[in-house]
This record gives sequence, C-alpha cells and structure tokens, in this order.
Amino acid sequence: MSSLTMGNRFGRNTTIQSSIDRPNTLTSGHRACQGCGEGLAARCAIDAAYTAAKGKIAVVNATGCLEVVSCSFPDNSWNVPWIHSLFGNTAAVASGVAAAFKNKGQTDVRVIAQGGDGGTTDIGMGCLSGMFDRNDDVLYICYDNQAYMNTGVQRSSATPALARTATTMPNSQYNGSDPETGKNVPDIAMAHGIPYVAVASVGNLHDLERKVAKAVNIRGAKYIQVHCPCPLGWGFPTAETIRIARLAVKSGMYPLFEAENGNLVGSTPIEEQVPVEEYLRVQKRFAHLFGKNALPENIGILQKIANNNIKKYRLGGMSDE
Amino acid sequence: MSKPFATVVESRTSLANKTGSWRTMRPEYVHRLPPCNVTCPAGENIQQWLSLAQEGKFFEAWQEIVKNNPFPATMGRVCYHTCEKVCNRGQYDGSVNINLIERSIGDMAIAKNWSFKKSDAQSDKKILVVGSGPSGLTAAYFLKQYGHSVDLFESHNYLGGMMRYGVPKYRLPRHVLDAEIKRIQDLGVNIVCNRKVNNLKDELSNYDAVYLAIGASIASSVSIDVESGATVMNAIDLFRKMEDDPKDFPNLGKSVVVYGGGNTAIDAARTALRLGTENVKIVYRRTVNHMPAHESEIQEALSEGVEILCLRTISAINGNKVILDKMDYDEENGVLSRSGENEMIVADSVIFAIGQSVDNSLVQGIEGITVTEKGLIDVDNCMMTGLKGVFAGGDVIPGKRTVTNAIGYGKKAARCIDAFLRGYEYVPGSKNEVANFKKLNTEYYKKDARKEISRLGDLNFEEKDVSYSDNEVVKEAMRCFSCGNCFHCDNCYSYCPDNAITKHEDGTLEINYDYCKGCGICASECPCGAIKMTT
Ligand SMILES: Cc1cc2nc3c(=O)[nH]c(=O)nc-3n(C[C@H](O)[C@H](O)[C@H](O)COP(=O)(O)OP(=O)(O)OC[C@H]3O[C@@H](n4cnc5c(N)ncnc54)[C@H](O)[C@@H]3O)c2cc1C
Ligand SMILES: Cc1ncc(C[n+]2csc(CCOP(=O)(O)OP(=O)(O)O)c2C)c(N)n1
Ligand code: SF4
Ligand code: SF4
Ligand code: SF4
Ligand code: SF4
Ligand SMILES: [Mg+2]
Repeated sequence: MSSLTMGNRFGRNTTIQSSIDRPNTLTSGHRACQGCGEGLAARCAIDAAYTAAKGKIAVVNATGCLEVVSCSFPDNSWNVPWIHSLFGNTAAVASGVAAAFKNKGQTDVRVIAQGGDGGTTDIGMGCLSGMFDRNDDVLYICYDNQAYMNTGVQRSSATPALARTATTMPNSQYNGSDPETGKNVPDIAMAHGIPYVAVASVGNLHDLERKVAKAVNIRGAKYIQVHCPCPLGWGFPTAETIRIARLAVKSGMYPLFEAENGNLVGSTPIEEQVPVEEYLRVQKRFAHLFGKNALPENIGILQKIANNNIKKYRLGGMSDE
Repeated sequence: MSKPFATVVESRTSLANKTGSWRTMRPEYVHRLPPCNVTCPAGENIQQWLSLAQEGKFFEAWQEIVKNNPFPATMGRVCYHTCEKVCNRGQYDGSVNINLIERSIGDMAIAKNWSFKKSDAQSDKKILVVGSGPSGLTAAYFLKQYGHSVDLFESHNYLGGMMRYGVPKYRLPRHVLDAEIKRIQDLGVNIVCNRKVNNLKDELSNYDAVYLAIGASIASSVSIDVESGATVMNAIDLFRKMEDDPKDFPNLGKSVVVYGGGNTAIDAARTALRLGTENVKIVYRRTVNHMPAHESEIQEALSEGVEILCLRTISAINGNKVILDKMDYDEENGVLSRSGENEMIVADSVIFAIGQSVDNSLVQGIEGITVTEKGLIDVDNCMMTGLKGVFAGGDVIPGKRTVTNAIGYGKKAARCIDAFLRGYEYVPGSKNEVANFKKLNTEYYKKDARKEISRLGDLNFEEKDVSYSDNEVVKEAMRCFSCGNCFHCDNCYSYCPDNAITKHEDGTLEINYDYCKGCGICASECPCGAIKMTT
C-alpha cells in the first residue's frame, strides 16, 4: 500500500528489514531491555551493511549496552565476524582490522566499528579522530542513546540540554544537563573532511538502510550516528520507542542529514514541524521541565535548538521568528 | 590437553536464552471490525473488497461484495453510504469514496457479464417470497444459494419495487437495475409477475416458509381543503406513471409545489424540473436541518434550482393558490407551532410526498400475525412474525427505509429462514471489537485527497457517467486504511527489536513467544490496529 510502511504487498520501496530473507545479523535471545531502540537500530544497520557487502563484513564493538546485551558469556547473538574491543579504543581496533584485511588482499571485506555515544563522543574520541585523520577504510556507527546507559544513565557529551541523567539530577541549582555543554560529533567528523558523514534515526528505517548501504560502498572513513531512544534511560513506555524517535525528527531535535567530504549534501525535510514540547513531554528525563515549579523559558531553549537545527541543516519547515 | 588461547563463543548461541519469560504483556494478531463494515446496513465486508481492488483484482472484489449484497451497481448509485460517514479516513483527509468504487466495480460486472456462482447446496424445501423489491430479491438470492426452491410473486408487471417505482431513472438507469435483477433470476428463482397475493392464507399450505417483502407503497395523505383548479397528486403515483407510461409524461404546468421533506419529496421535485417545470418549490414544516432527505440529495436539488420553503405547512389549495401557514420553531425545546401568519404561493400542480404506509390486507385475519399501530408487520429478532414460518422484512416492518436496509433485512431473513427450515434458530456470530480511529497509527498513510466526481448531470432523465476508470478505482481503494485487518505492511516484523516475529513465505506473520519480550512496539507501529496487547 503506502510506501511509508516498512514493506507492502506490492514490493514497492520496501526495506531490507521487511524482507523474508533479511540477514538477522543480531538474533533473538539478546538481553536488551524491552523496546530497546539501540538493539533494533544495530540489527537494521548491520543487516543493511551485510546486504550491501554481500555478507563480507567484520564488526568491532565497543563496550556498552549493545555489547553487553549481545555477548554475555556463554551466549552470543551475532551472526557475523564480531569482536569486542575496549570501551575507548574501538575506532583504533577497527583501523587495525581494516589494515589486516588490506594486507591480506581481502579488500572486499568491509569493516564496521560500532559503539554507544559515551564510547564514541567521550572516551573514544581520540581514536575516532585518528581514524578520520588517516581516512581508514572503516564505517563507524554510533548508536546515540544520549547517555551512558549500561552503567546507569550518566551524562555523556551527547546528552541533550536540560535532560535529567544520574549525574545531572535537576535540583535547586540545575535543570538537568547544562545547555552550555555538549558536543556535536557529526560536525566534528565533517570538519575532518572524511568522505561520508550521516545522521539517521531508528524511526526512519528506509533512510537508515540507505545511508548504511551508501557508506559501505565508499572507501575511506565514514561516520553514521543513529538516534536510538532508550525506554529505561529516558523514561517512557517500551511501546513508544519508534514514536519518540519520529517525534525527535519531526520536532527538529534530531536533524537527519548527510555530508560528503565535509559538505552537507542532503537532509530529510520536515514536512510539518511539531513543537518540541510534544517530544519532551513523553519522556521522564524532561519531566522537570513541565512540573509546577518548571521555568517556562526552558522549553524555549530546546525549541531554539530545534529551530537552529532546521536552519543549519536545511530541513525547511517553520522557524521561531 | 591444549587450551585455545581465547574462548570462542559460537554465533547465535543466544537462541538458548528464551527471553519470552520477561513478558508481562502479550501481543496478538487480531481482526478488528472496520467501522465502515459495522455501519453498512447490508453488512458488506468493505475493507476486504477494497483490499482486493487495491490489487486490481476487480472480479474477486465483486465476488466479495456479492457475498453480502447482490446489487453493487445499484448500491453504488442509491445507497446513502453510511459507511463513508464513519470511515476512519474521514478523520484524516476525507473518507474513502466507497460508494463510487462500489458503483464502478458493479458497472464493470455488468459490462463484463459476470454472473453469480450457482451453489451446490440441495434442499427439498420450498419458500414463497412476496414482493420483488430489494428485500424480496435479496432474500430469494440467498435462499437459492442455500439450495431451496423459491417462488417470488410480484403484483406489478415489472420487478424491483421502489428501486423502479421510487428511485428515478436519472439516479438509477433501468438497464443497470435490470441487469442486476436478471442475475438473480438466472439463479433459478421462479419469478411470477402480475401475481398479487391477496390473502396469504391461500398460499401457506404450498410452502415451507414465506418471506413478506411487500414494502410500503401506499401514499400517506393529509386533510387539506382542496378546491378545484390545481392538479393535485401524490409522488408515488407520479413515479408509477413515469414508469408504466413513459411516453405519456404528465403535464405539471409551469410551477410545482412539492409537500414533504424526505427523499421522495426531493425526487419528486427533481423529476418535476426534468418534466419541464420552470419553478419548483418544496414546502416543509420544519427547518432544513430536520429534513429526513439525505444531505447530498438536498444539495443536488438546490443546485438544480429547487427552492426549499421551510417552516411552512399547506393549509389550503384554492385553484392555483396554495395557502401556507408559517410555523415557529423553538430551537431549545424542539417545539413546532403555528405563527399565525399566512402566505400565498402559486402552483399549477401540488405533489404530496409525505410518507408511505403499508397495505397489509394480505395478512389481515391470519392468526398469529400482528401489526403495529401504523400497520407495519411485527417480527421478532429472527424476523419471524407471530405465525411460525412466516417472516417479514424491508419497508414493511418498523425500521429504516432504504434500499440498503431492505437488502440487509433480506439477507438476514434468508439466514433465519434457512436456520428455521433446518430446525434451529439463527444466532449472529459474535462481533469483533471495532477498529476506531484511536486504534490506528496514521503516520504510515500518505495524505492523499479523496477523488470526488460530482454526480450532478444535465436536467434530463439520463444518468451522468461518473464511474472511475480502473486506475482510479485502484488509486481510491489504496486510500483505505485497512482498519483492523493486517495488510501486510511488515512494520511489526521489521521493528520487533527481538526478532520475535516470523514472516512466512505467503507473507503471513507469527509471533514467537519464546523470544517476545512484550515491548508493544509491534502494536504501536501497526498502522491499522491489527495487533492487540493483552495481559
Ligand atoms: C421516491 C423514492 C426514492 C427512494 N430513493 C432511495 C434511495 O435513493 N436510496 C435508498 O436506499 N432508498 C431509497 N428509497 C427507499 C427504498 O426504495 C425502499 O426503502 C426500498 O425499496 C424498500 O424495499 P422493499 O423490498 O422492502 O420494498 P419495495 O421496494 O417497496 O418492494 C415491495 C414490492 O412488493 C410488491 N408487492 C406489494 N404487495 C404485494 C402483494 N400483495 N403481492 C405481490 N407483490 C406485492 C410491490 O409491488 C413491490 O414491488 C426511496 C423510496 C422512494 C419512494
Ligand atoms: C575504560 C572503561 N571505563 C568505564 C567502563 C564502564 N562502562 C561500560 S559500558 C559504559 C557506558 C557505555 O555508554 P555508551 O557508550 O553511551 O553506550 P550505551 O550503554 O549507552 O549504549 C561504561 C561507562 C568501561 N567498560 N571501560
Ligand atoms: S538501557 Fe537502554 S540502550 Fe541499554 S539495553 Fe536497555 S533500552 Fe537498550
Ligand atoms: S479506511 Fe477503509 S477500512 Fe477504514 S473505515 Fe474507511 S473504508 Fe473502512
Ligand atoms: S515488537 Fe516483538 S518483542 Fe515487542 S511485543 Fe511485539 S513481538 Fe514482542
Ligand atoms: S504491522 Fe503491518 S504486517 Fe504487522 S499486523 Fe499490522 S498491518 Fe499487518
Ligand atoms: Mg549511550
């Protein structure tokens, strides 16, 4: 029917995920929480990479939820060559794996590094920047659930402004994560001038699959960051994962775009921008922005961020003027 | 024994970890009732035939329609399509144009000469159907399919009841009606025209069961002082004359007043215009909002130039002068009263269209059969009168008077009669929960405006051809949300974070409860509400 669904009876514009013979690189029995956006995003991304590389992929995985839930001894949920690095050195390990395959002449094997936002934007930043700098032939995928989830929801440099985490508890002085802090790793990746940078969302699988497939077919360093709602860490009902991912995109809080060699080359337009409030209200990590004692200007801060994203990444839609 | 330098864990060993034990909520594939289906008086499975139409399977779609309604082309013209009023898409970007799709498919069937499948069912029972309106014909159609012998007696020379003697040609061309009736006849229904049943008693001994579908065709009257001068007639007689002596069109003069506010009044007014009358006024006692006529028909009449004078009653007709009493309406208490003011308008003819009642003389004096105060025949939940084996339905019993309802009654009566003849009582199957708008996730439906085609034609007795092309049928059918019934969008399968949904070769899906953690994403992201979470 409509091409907006993952599949359809007419075979028009269907996703790999909807196909009866999708690779299922991350299989059942993993221990991710109910409704985990990260586990789902990882299966979709690695399935897409697997399909694009005709099965010839090797995956290096940072410490974090994704690794812990998929390979707690004696279980393993992966159906591809997969190794667990340390928390901070994933990009470096992947660079090494890529070099090894190159030396063996196996240039058809595509190497993927993956990790959470903490492992990527904070502790793994040095190795990642090195991988970008050397333009190593690796696709690095960051599953951005916007905090250190596996150790109990601590703030990372990817945690959004004003979000509550275990280390940014709202109190009389603070309203959650300080809006003055944080870093934008897609921009940092673009500044390295690497061949391909993209931001995707688990709420848009057509787009996610396309970006992964495109990246797999490019030689050199690639970076994809995927928005992955975390029911546990953000505080929302497990059934809402996709809806929340969608709201992040539709509100402008999570701009979807792609860049080649440091230049923005495409973005997913927002047809009808929804107020950020709709996105925030459903998550407990923003509950303090709505209570009796909440300061109304806080929503404005986040709305401004969303509106700036729309301008900066050319998403169209309404602006705050 | 040499040990490996590192432990190698085999891939996919996590399959041993049955995470289904985490589950507190359980997803289940369900069928919910689409609101359109619930509301169709003939009980059509609209969602199902639209789904077939989406695939371009028009013949199969037609077969699905005629499972419940043997008159798709007729329905696509005269049905008041209550289905569209409740269509979930109406809350999104305009209801699906169900009626026009039905008409287009019905027309295809006529053009391609599709016929009904004859059933192999056998029975030695014989049933009499009295009346060839939609209700009688539909009952005969189903009874034939159940294998019974059916005699159908009709007092008129022509078949169709009010579909022919009520609904004017410009809304229902007779070749369409004839084609759909012939298909029923071809099933082997023994139809006898010009055969009025005067006393049911005379027939009872020849049949195992009887279905009375005699309609309501006596025009009601009011007492109004009429002095000679104007032509005064009732709408039912006008329509009958138009059908039976089509060459001898009645001359209504230049200006006509129609009295009444129902569909019959609207049809009489529009017919008068087509007969060459220059100005037609409908006089109705309440406000426009109260008119029982269908909204779209009122609109069509207005755009053809019919004038509607509301809050007036006719108190006297004197020559060409029609005296109107103006009425006051107290909106708050809903009370209608005479204002005391009068008004005079001029008319060459006055047509009364103030309702129809039943000629129930054929059941008078039959023990067991009772009638209401208004002369309608009493029936129980199984459509049976007080006399065992005698059933009644359509306009002749209390209820909504439309072709579609008459068809629904005909279908139900056939089921009840069949059950009766087999020695049990018909009990309708339990109904699924309704898939209302809240159960949908409309994110997955692209906005796409309803394709409207105005049915308003020229001021003559020809029908305007408004049917969709094949492509337009598919496109409009594609707008259907498939409320409450899986349309194989694969969202659930794609989004399940735990791979707990298996897709089979034929596209069907199955939940693997060994691994389903019960997150509920599948249910939330199912566009059409075909997954239910239970505790
Ligand atoms: C002008 C007009 C326009 C209408 N327009 C619409 C419309 O657009 N859409 C809609 O849904 N509904 C419309 N209706 C209503 C609709 O036509 C009726 O509700 C419907 O036809 C009733 O079907 P029925 O089978 O119960 O009775 P009928 O259609 O009235 O059929 C009864 C049949 O029984 C025959 N009969 C009666 N007594 C005997 C007897 N003793 N022996 C043998 N035969 C007998 C009659 O001759 C008649 O053929 C309209 C009605 C009128 C009057
Ligand atoms: C060097 C090092 N420091 C700390 C840890 C503990 N640790 C394991 S997972 C984790 C958090 C991971 O957060 P993130 O990378 O965002 O992934 P997520 O769990 O959120 O998916 C931490 C701090 C570690 N394993 N190694
Ligand atoms: S804590 Fe969040 S990211 Fe980690 S497994 Fe649970 S839902 Fe997934
Ligand atoms: S969208 Fe389709 S299934 Fe739903 S009410 Fe309308 S016609 Fe029926
Ligand atoms: S999405 Fe999967 S795990 Fe979640 S409830 Fe549905 S079948 Fe179960
Ligand atoms: S999500 Fe799609 S495939 Fe799954 S039950 Fe609903 S309609 Fe069917
Ligand atoms: Mg994280």
